Amino acid sequence: MIRAAASPRPQLENLNAAGHRGWFRQATRKLRRRPAAMIGGTIILFFIVVAVLAPLIAPADPNEISTNRRAAPSLDHWFGTDELGRDVLSRVIFGAQISLRVGLISIAIALVVGSLLGVTAAFAGGWVDGLIMRLTDIMLAFPGILLAIAIVAILGPSIFNVMIAVGIESIPAYTRTARASTLTVKGLDYVVGAQSLGAVRTRIVLRHILPNIAAPLIVLATVGVAGSILAAAGLSYLGLGAQAPTAEWGAMLSSARTYLRDSWWMATFPGVAIMLVVLALNLFGDGLRDILDPRIRN
Amino acid sequence: MTAYIVKRILLVIPVLFGVSILAFLMSHLVPGDPVVVMLGDRATAEDAARLREELGFNDPLVVQYGRYMTGVVQGDLGTSIRSGQPVLEEIRDRFPSTLILTLCAVVAASVVGVSLGVAAAISKRGWVDGSIMAFALLGISVPTFWSGILLILLLGVKLEWLPIVGTGPAALVMPTIVLAAPAAAVLARMTRSTMLEVLGVDFVRSARAKGLKEQVVILRHVLRNALIPVVTIIGLQFGGLLAGSVIVESVFTRPGLGRYTITAIQSRDFPQIQGIVLVVAALYVFVNLAIDLLYAVIDPRIRYN
Repeated sequence: MIRAAASPRPQLENLNAAGHRGWFRQATRKLRRRPAAMIGGTIILFFIVVAVLAPLIAPADPNEISTNRRAAPSLDHWFGTDELGRDVLSRVIFGAQISLRVGLISIAIALVVGSLLGVTAAFAGGWVDGLIMRLTDIMLAFPGILLAIAIVAILGPSIFNVMIAVGIESIPAYTRTARASTLTVKGLDYVVGAQSLGAVRTRIVLRHILPNIAAPLIVLATVGVAGSILAAAGLSYLGLGAQAPTAEWGAMLSSARTYLRDSWWMATFPGVAIMLVVLALNLFGDGLRDILDPRIRN
Repeated sequence: MTAYIVKRILLVIPVLFGVSILAFLMSHLVPGDPVVVMLGDRATAEDAARLREELGFNDPLVVQYGRYMTGVVQGDLGTSIRSGQPVLEEIRDRFPSTLILTLCAVVAASVVGVSLGVAAAISKRGWVDGSIMAFALLGISVPTFWSGILLILLLGVKLEWLPIVGTGPAALVMPTIVLAAPAAAVLARMTRSTMLEVLGVDFVRSARAKGLKEQVVILRHVLRNALIPVVTIIGLQFGGLLAGSVIVESVFTRPGLGRYTITAIQSRDFPQIQGIVLVVAALYVFVNLAIDLLYAVIDPRIRYN
């Protein structure tokens, strides 16, 4: 009996795994046919390379002070210098490290915690579902940036706390998406089949649910990284995130505001950097959504 | 309909209860001794003990929450540690400026966003559609604090068309544009998408088959149905814009809740922070309630489930 019950399981899993591989290959192929998404992907890749190679490619130490204050862009300083004579290009390059790290880590927090809560709510049902969803409703009762500001107010201003704040603020969206997708997948034949074959809950979630609810979560996360980079830069602009002398784009814009009249470059280049990264993530996210969202796909 | 309205209103109660608990717990969730955090490192033990007594921190949490809520329902949000003034009065003084900016941005974003979305949907895949969607994508990607700085540089410093600071209507133009732009972009994308969805359904085909003018089909049949989900997004945008005004007010140094919030956080004045969080979140909850109820009126098919 045990052998008979156990034998179809590997076949079912192989089929599922093959399905995921095929789905991934198909999605990649479709993505290549979308120029906007490809442009977005290339810009993201460019910024990732810049962030990783920052110590090698930056022309100067981002915190090195000099007497050459607020110098206009020149061959020596391509993006000019700031109020303390620091090289703006080097600070923009090192700023990429901070912004990408903040964006990725905060969304990783939201993705992991949110998905876990959403799947738990959908699977457990009853009072567990009710409790998780009411907590989500309460979090959604706060406009996003206000919740992040409130969390920074509790933890204190710093870039690390901004990362946590933006991560927590983003959790409800992932909880709702994961819950809704799990509820849909939970009733499908292959999950019911795995359940009737005696698979334990953890195995069902890891093997059958998570891979099948990944698509909407990936789309949400891609656009989410853009949102979290914007939010973190906004909080740093307000003085609640990165503290001096950290080279962070939002904080650079904040100090540039005082010198707008005669040092346009101080505000221009960090702003262009934020806009480009966010634009690229949105382009890539839009492309992914068009491919992976079943409503659009069908 | 009545059952839906009653249920939707009742649903607000646990949410407001949760919001009040979160606002109340803020000062207790601070790592370390909240009183020392509020007073700073130079505070003496006597100062800390006095403030702890004043804030009632020696009582059990439940008693503290009960006292806090009794105050809130009577319009007492506590006293600012920094200024010694009642928090509600301070918020009341600053709120009109923020509310005016938010309302102007909501109106501007709705008018511009919906118009652009309709224009894009009508010229689907044409150059108008492409340009509008490109602008919309740019709108959601440009940070408000940067677009604000650029506008100040262009319209305020170089061209001198608009005042950079001030409280008159002219000084409201730039902050409104900056605050409304991302919301208008979201609304344009949303309107275009729902319009395209509705354009493909049977009743539109029937309306066209009846020989109705395209203008009538769009305005009477398509737009009326397409705008239903857009109304919800406008409601959600209101909260986002209210909170987003914190940044925009900071860029334009406007005397609203934004500057007040930042100063409150920097000086760790928790009664002020709690007051702001409670007021803005409660307002957001009520706006969403109003939108949900409006939604049921606009579309009689919607009922609470």
